Amino acid sequence: MALHVVSGKGGTGKTTVAAALALALAHQGQRTLLMEVEDRQGIAQLFDTAPLPYEERKIAVAPGGGEVWALAINAQEALLDYLDTFYNLRRAGSVLRRMGAIDFATTIAPGLRDVLLTGKACEVVRRIDKRAPNAYSAIVLDAPPTGRIARFLNVNAEVSGLAKVGPIRNHADLVMSVIASPRTAVHLVTLLEEMPVQETIDGVADLRAANLPVGGIFVNMTRPPMLTGEQLQEALSGSLPAGDITQALGDAGLTDSSGALVTALLREATDHALRVDLEARESERILGLGLPTFLLPMISAGIDLGGLYELANLLRVDGVR
Amino acid sequence: MKLNAPVLDIDALISDPSITVIVCTGAGGVGKTTTAAALALRAAEQGRDVCVLTIDPAKRLAQAMGLSVLDNTPRKVDGVSGPGGKGSLHAMMLDMKRTFDEVVEGHADPDRAQAILDNPFYQALSSSFAGTQEYMAMEKLGQLRARASDEGTWDLIIVDTPPSRSALDFLDAPERLGSFLDGRFIRILTAPARGAGRGIGKIAAFSFGLFTSVLNKILGSQVLADVGSFVAAIDTTFGGFRERADATYKLLQDDGTAFIVIAAPERDALREAAFFVERLKTDEMPLAGLVLNRVQEDSELDLSAEQATASAAKLERLDGNRRLTASLLRLHAARQLICLRQLHLAERFTAAHPGVAATTVPALPEDVHDLAGLRAIGELLARKPELKSRSK
Repeated sequence: MALHVVSGKGGTGKTTVAAALALALAHQGQRTLLMEVEDRQGIAQLFDTAPLPYEERKIAVAPGGGEVWALAINAQEALLDYLDTFYNLRRAGSVLRRMGAIDFATTIAPGLRDVLLTGKACEVVRRIDKRAPNAYSAIVLDAPPTGRIARFLNVNAEVSGLAKVGPIRNHADLVMSVIASPRTAVHLVTLLEEMPVQETIDGVADLRAANLPVGGIFVNMTRPPMLTGEQLQEALSGSLPAGDITQALGDAGLTDSSGALVTALLREATDHALRVDLEARESERILGLGLPTFLLPMISAGIDLGGLYELANLLRVDGVR
Repeated sequence: MKLNAPVLDIDALISDPSITVIVCTGAGGVGKTTTAAALALRAAEQGRDVCVLTIDPAKRLAQAMGLSVLDNTPRKVDGVSGPGGKGSLHAMMLDMKRTFDEVVEGHADPDRAQAILDNPFYQALSSSFAGTQEYMAMEKLGQLRARASDEGTWDLIIVDTPPSRSALDFLDAPERLGSFLDGRFIRILTAPARGAGRGIGKIAAFSFGLFTSVLNKILGSQVLADVGSFVAAIDTTFGGFRERADATYKLLQDDGTAFIVIAAPERDALREAAFFVERLKTDEMPLAGLVLNRVQEDSELDLSAEQATASAAKLERLDGNRRLTASLLRLHAARQLICLRQLHLAERFTAAHPGVAATTVPALPEDVHDLAGLRAIGELLARKPELKSRSK
């Protein structure tokens, strides 16, 4: 797999998963590129570095000597890049930018923006074929959310209404030849909650309808059950042995004469059991999609660099490729 | 979660007759639409005549309000009324293309309107342009507001904002789109006679020439021709787009408007909320407060994560039939850690914005399926802090 596109509902941790994936794929001395397209500087914030320029730079070292590079792209820079590559117009481009014309051009044709962004990702992919010295073993794209992903990637359809012939049309065809190929996988990030799961199921349908290659589902922030199946059942039916618990609390030096401690613990157990129950139901809906599924646990201390490595390691153990 | 901030009194807000517009905003995925709907229902059941404008609601939520079709018209929600039969709720989903079409149809004679609607550039603009959804949400708000004051249909309009990457887009996109459509490049492109040259000097003339030739090269000349005929048609039918956007923007600065910023207890969502709060201040727009959604509720137990973990470890060493209790203590510790992290994030916000009123809503395991579910969220939104900390 050369190009991993990561999408997901807002709030599901799309950027975190994209970064963990780029780290996981960079094992054993590989070099991967993590790209973002939404002008959010989410990568810089996650890796706690200064805002990224429109330039590939190394942001992390993976265990085993691999490297993760990062690139924040925006439509204007990508247009200048495009003018330079295809028309040798770098200098004219900077004049146009000073006039505000580059901004204008990327605004006037909505499809153009997406073709330029996805086009940049595809240019990086094609370096692999050219065996270019600056080629990466894999590219991970932190893409727009599920609601917009099919449209974002389906650039052919997007420009067709606008540009029927001409260079941008050809460029879109070139982009599609990478994106709609088996070298690309579009992954969706979800939580085990009703709304994100529904959006994931709808998103898979949209991607399939647009003939885009669906990759895997990354279930983020899962909370593994902390009680056994039997205990969970008892928690739901309210039959956990309160007497035993009170006694054990005493053994631990926690006196509970009023019974408040055991009552509160039992209530928390019931909440937990309800949550586990819901997650199990939502898991089934996700598994019903029949796609490779990766589970990532909730990191209770919050996501920092250490948390990212932890997630990357789990993905690697789970055989993400 | 006990926040170190003034309390956002939801019931006082929605029952204040001088408040006629409430805007719910925040980053994507924080629960804006659900919050807007829950507020609207609560206000209606307290006797106000409410219209809620939702943008792209989840299917279930739309069904909960009886919205089965996206037809761009407010529909009455059955079974909602307040004390003494006063109060009502209308709900609608925004259809941005339909709204734009209506603007065109409302301002041009049928032939000219048809010419605009058929223009390929207009079609791209009205269905996929960045910013169109925000622009049309503002436009629709303006229309609802006008209808409310003309016909007395509603005394409170609650607006959800589009799911853009940044909450600020709702404020910025209409202006951006407006100035783009009224801007100098579009003039130059569409009026070659007035054109690139006159009186602006050789270098600028050269640059504009370069500009059109580059655009032609990339997009093909048809696109520019479409843009030209679109702008020519629009020009003669109604004034500037920018003026329209400006007018609605002013409405948002009105004293009768209140903004509610919604966030989840996560770094990104709270950062967006902070940007938005600062922006409202700069633009003199009235902020009611922050709703911190999906928080892990405080435990009733005064037992820290460290204490619980240490006790659990002790029980695990003793073993016997103490495993269950050890697990319960570990469960409690994990929960406390999440609480602490969320509180820490929230405190960073409240420390930077000490005057901002706030309220919290706990994470609920299930989505809203019906009016009862929305009503329950309304209850949680309106809780007062003394009720929030149950046993301390």
